[in-house]
Amino acid sequence: MTELAVSAWGQPFFHNAVLAGTFIALAAGLVGYFLVLRAQIFTGDALSHVAFTGAMAALAGGYDLRLGLFVGCVAAGLLLAGIGRSGRADDVVIGSAFAWILGLGSFFLTLYTTSRSGAMGGAGTTVLFGSIFGLSTGQTLVAVLVAVAISAVVLLIARPLLFATVDESVAAARGVPVRVLGFGFLALVGACAGEATQAVGSLLLLGLLAAPAGAAIRLTDRPFRALALSGGLAVAELWAGLAASALIPSLPPSFAIMAAATAVYGATFLIRPQRAPLGTASPAAG
Amino acid sequence: MNPITGTPAAVTATRPETAPPAPTRAETPQPVLELRGAAARVGGRTLWSGVDLTVRAGEFVAVLGPNGVGKSTMVKVLLGVLPAAAGEVRVLGGQPGQSAGARIGYLPQRRSFDPSLRIRGLDVVRLGLDGDRWGVPLPFGAARRRDRERVAEAVDLVGAGAYAHRPIGQCSGGEQQRLLIAQALVRRPEVLLLDEPLDSLDLPNQSAVAALIGRICHQQGVAVVMVAHDVNPILHHLDRVVYLAEGGAVAGTPAEVITSETLTRLYRSPVEVLRTADGRLVVVGQPEAPSTHGGHHAAV
Repeated sequence: MTELAVSAWGQPFFHNAVLAGTFIALAAGLVGYFLVLRAQIFTGDALSHVAFTGAMAALAGGYDLRLGLFVGCVAAGLLLAGIGRSGRADDVVIGSAFAWILGLGSFFLTLYTTSRSGAMGGAGTTVLFGSIFGLSTGQTLVAVLVAVAISAVVLLIARPLLFATVDESVAAARGVPVRVLGFGFLALVGACAGEATQAVGSLLLLGLLAAPAGAAIRLTDRPFRALALSGGLAVAELWAGLAASALIPSLPPSFAIMAAATAVYGATFLIRPQRAPLGTASPAAG
Repeated sequence: MNPITGTPAAVTATRPETAPPAPTRAETPQPVLELRGAAARVGGRTLWSGVDLTVRAGEFVAVLGPNGVGKSTMVKVLLGVLPAAAGEVRVLGGQPGQSAGARIGYLPQRRSFDPSLRIRGLDVVRLGLDGDRWGVPLPFGAARRRDRERVAEAVDLVGAGAYAHRPIGQCSGGEQQRLLIAQALVRRPEVLLLDEPLDSLDLPNQSAVAALIGRICHQQGVAVVMVAHDVNPILHHLDRVVYLAEGGAVAGTPAEVITSETLTRLYRSPVEVLRTADGRLVVVGQPEAPSTHGGHHAAV
């Protein structure tokens, strides 16, 4: 066991995983904070369907999987922003559309595996559950650069975005470009979903987006402290997951990362009992 | 049509606040807001027209009228969000919207915060100070201390010190409204535009918040334009009212405007203004939903 851990520790694939994972988690934690604050977690769920289909479509068309991932997620993010507040589509429409999108993904998967005679038969599983230990050096570099860019943009728009989220009408009167920020933010969420899919897979990306942010919001009521904490928790949880996965080879990294994220979120319910819990807070009325 | 059923004590309690309209900033202050023959049109329909109004520093003006007449549109015109369809509108000596940033405080129609929103009242007030700036605030430096002092000053002004550090979702409606007024005041604006700030507050909170706005207006020399559903909670603090009607408007002191003769002429249908023993006004026969009765908290 120790030998295995030591050997994993020294392998380039593990270094790549730590390097890419750190920045991917940071971006996911920062974006996730605003996603939770804006009550748009459902968007993350939608994007996990799109991520799979986009990646499969790119593979079937003979392109790099990540191209489909980013194009699909960013386009879907912008589309959701467009539907968003103005013309709110009802639940049945959204549910059917996403089921159809996922079905389309399985169509592309079949198309890909039959036409390319199983050259990369595990592609479906790779996208669904992630393959952070399978990143090449080149893929790692791209992942790091994209994640750094996402994090930088989130920090740049953090304050006006917070204003627009908490108090949209006053922010708009103050000259904050509320609509542009809304669109831009969901495009960022799309890019972040594409990134997170490489780390934990499209099915599990919601955990990396929602759990650290949810925990941070439970731990502090100061917005910028919560933003930093959300990013920090996401990185720490990813490290813990990778370490656990390296020590116990039967643990897949995606599972270990999700387990760490869920454990931290669950633990926030145990501490701080003196503050009124979210569910039972009396509604603010007159 | 509806008699007033609110508690009269709530209004009489605020009577000592009736300060003279003497502005505190200068002897002959420049008009802060000036409307000459102003009109508003939305979707091809003229909402109101012929509004002549001059507001100086330290004056408290209420915008009254039936539902749907375009009271909130008046605030939008003053903010520069909607251009006036006719006439001239000058805000702080310039076109509306030119100096919307620091010099105008704006409190939109009541919005309540989700009970689960875990952001402190202080942070919401703080957003009024620097929420439109890019980047994240630095956690150190002289600017940070100055900003914190400004926020604390605004919170003190509205008397929200006891609960400003609590998540705003857990504050009561009256507490949230005071914090939002602090947010509108935090840049020390010269004009405060308030859109139905007393709506959805209970009667004691209505008169307390009205007294607070009156005090800020007269003591700090801030010009206040307030859209109101019910004139009674603010009647004793007011210097001027604007009554809007479809296609017309009247402006003047409450005693001049809120009378049977003036309102009958404005609405071209019989309107009766009754004065109760404690000084409350009841407007009867106004077209559409009456707007100066006891409000939907009393009896609708």
